[in-house]
Amino acid sequence: MSESFFHIDNFSCGYPSFKLSGISLSLEKGSFSGIIGPNGSGKTTLFRGVTSSIATLEGSVYLKGKNLQKLSLKERAQNIAIVSQFVDLDQMSVEDYVLMGRMPYQNRFQFFESKDDLEKARNYMQLTDVLKHKDKLITELSGGEQQRAAIARALTQEPELLLLDEPTSHLDITHQVRILDLLHRLNQEMGLTVLMVIHDLNLASEYCDQLILFKEGQLFTQGTPEEVLTFDTIEKVYNTPVITRTNPYSNKPVIFLVSEKMMKKSKQ
Amino acid sequence: MAAMLVILLVSAGIGLSVGELKLGLMDVFRLLAKGADDGSMEYMLISKIRLPRVILGIAVGGALSLAGVILQGIYRNPLVEPFTLGISGGASLGVAFTIVFGLHISLGSFMLPLSGFVGAFVIIFLVYTLSSRNGNINIQNMLLTGVMVSFIASSAMMFLMATTSSDNLHGIVFWIMGSLDEPDTGLIKLTLFASLLVLVISYLFVQPLNALRLGEEKAMHLGFNTNVVIRVLFVMASLLAGICVSVAGVIGFVGLIIPHVLRLLFGSDYRFLLVGSFLLGGIFLVLSDVVARTIISPNELPIGVITGIIGGVVFLLLMSQNRKKS
Repeated sequence: MSESFFHIDNFSCGYPSFKLSGISLSLEKGSFSGIIGPNGSGKTTLFRGVTSSIATLEGSVYLKGKNLQKLSLKERAQNIAIVSQFVDLDQMSVEDYVLMGRMPYQNRFQFFESKDDLEKARNYMQLTDVLKHKDKLITELSGGEQQRAAIARALTQEPELLLLDEPTSHLDITHQVRILDLLHRLNQEMGLTVLMVIHDLNLASEYCDQLILFKEGQLFTQGTPEEVLTFDTIEKVYNTPVITRTNPYSNKPVIFLVSEKMMKKSKQ
Repeated sequence: MAAMLVILLVSAGIGLSVGELKLGLMDVFRLLAKGADDGSMEYMLISKIRLPRVILGIAVGGALSLAGVILQGIYRNPLVEPFTLGISGGASLGVAFTIVFGLHISLGSFMLPLSGFVGAFVIIFLVYTLSSRNGNINIQNMLLTGVMVSFIASSAMMFLMATTSSDNLHGIVFWIMGSLDEPDTGLIKLTLFASLLVLVISYLFVQPLNALRLGEEKAMHLGFNTNVVIRVLFVMASLLAGICVSVAGVIGFVGLIIPHVLRLLFGSDYRFLLVGSFLLGGIFLVLSDVVARTIISPNELPIGVITGIIGGVVFLLLMSQNRKKS
């Protein structure tokens, strides 16, 4: 059993057609980490395995030294909240949607939320700037607002660890930055541990303290953005040539894509 | 909710007073309040004929709507109702088998509801077993299996109908059309008890039902064992629908229309939908029965005809109003 805040130990899970195997990684409390890798490398599968949405084949996952598989689903939901890529579009008000985050704390005979539940939900709606939309239907919000409502719902679970699966992938650049700024602020101000799957390597570099790189169902490497986002690593994992530079303002690595057109030009 | 309860009581009053022999609401209450058989024809009519019908109407209407709303919730599919999953097909097949082989004559008339329930139960068992793999239920498989099993049951019943005598055929068709005319008060009490019991138990699952609006995986992330929730609710709703069909025949549309009407009017929160569906289902079936009994009086129309026409028209009107609003 590890002493780290969140520890995945020799973990394997998957489907008949795809298996994630031998994953071991640790997160410190209050860290902001990103899982990166090409499509089909196993990033989302890891999330689904960790949250028991798919069966674990081998290994264990520990949170604060406790084996997650030995916790009840309610206990898990009180400790880990998940934000998916897409918000579920059922007809319900934003407030009702966010209040669902209190369900892990309610017993079978509590049919309605308490005053305390409502206060907490409104507090997190305020924090994520969706309180003004509380009476609107979730379907009436824009993509960015929906994602903020999903984060508010996850925060209402008052988790210690927040898992996000590509939270910005279908948003424009303004909303991408706003969502990640919000997550960074929550990480800094609330000490919330954040682990997110993210495709955009530059955003991952800018916001994450630690990056975990997956390739073909295995953990390829992990470390700081400077250690992971190197020319060699990216070319090996993504099989794509890139140019790596340093952002002069943040001193974080920046990746420039190299198109076929550029390659031809440089050869001439 | 309180308003719906009042409307249900008013509907029950209408059900008791309207018929070939019209009675004033006050007369009905006066006769019932007396609580003893005064030997009058009015008392006999109300206590022995209309009251059992009204109670069965509330129980069956409430139960079918409740089963519908529960199944729509676990399947996250608004087109599912008890009958989509073959429950009515199974019950009809059971009853058709009994009529064709004369079991209700040789063993007693109780064989009709019993065989209906057994038929429904066999279908529920088949759908449940065929959709389970390694202890997990695949909800989409379950729906497809239900539809397919329903087709097979319907075809088997059509085979029985095509090969039996015209007397038996008449008996089967009469049963299929559905009716609240049930002479066995024991069965009426059983149906009412089962529907109220399922209402109470299903309300204990109101949180996971609401969480399932986000999908199975997300409901699990909120701390619910969706596999267990879906199994329990499926079996409960299906058995309840099975009891209704075996007692009152095939009364279609109630389980589909009532939850939809409530969703259109008040949203999809199951804290309201479960009780609301039960009450509105009861109101709808009691009033439909009044129409079925009186529209071509002294003859009676099958109640399924009325539920289909009124339910469908009201639903289309609500949908068009909703479209105008949005």
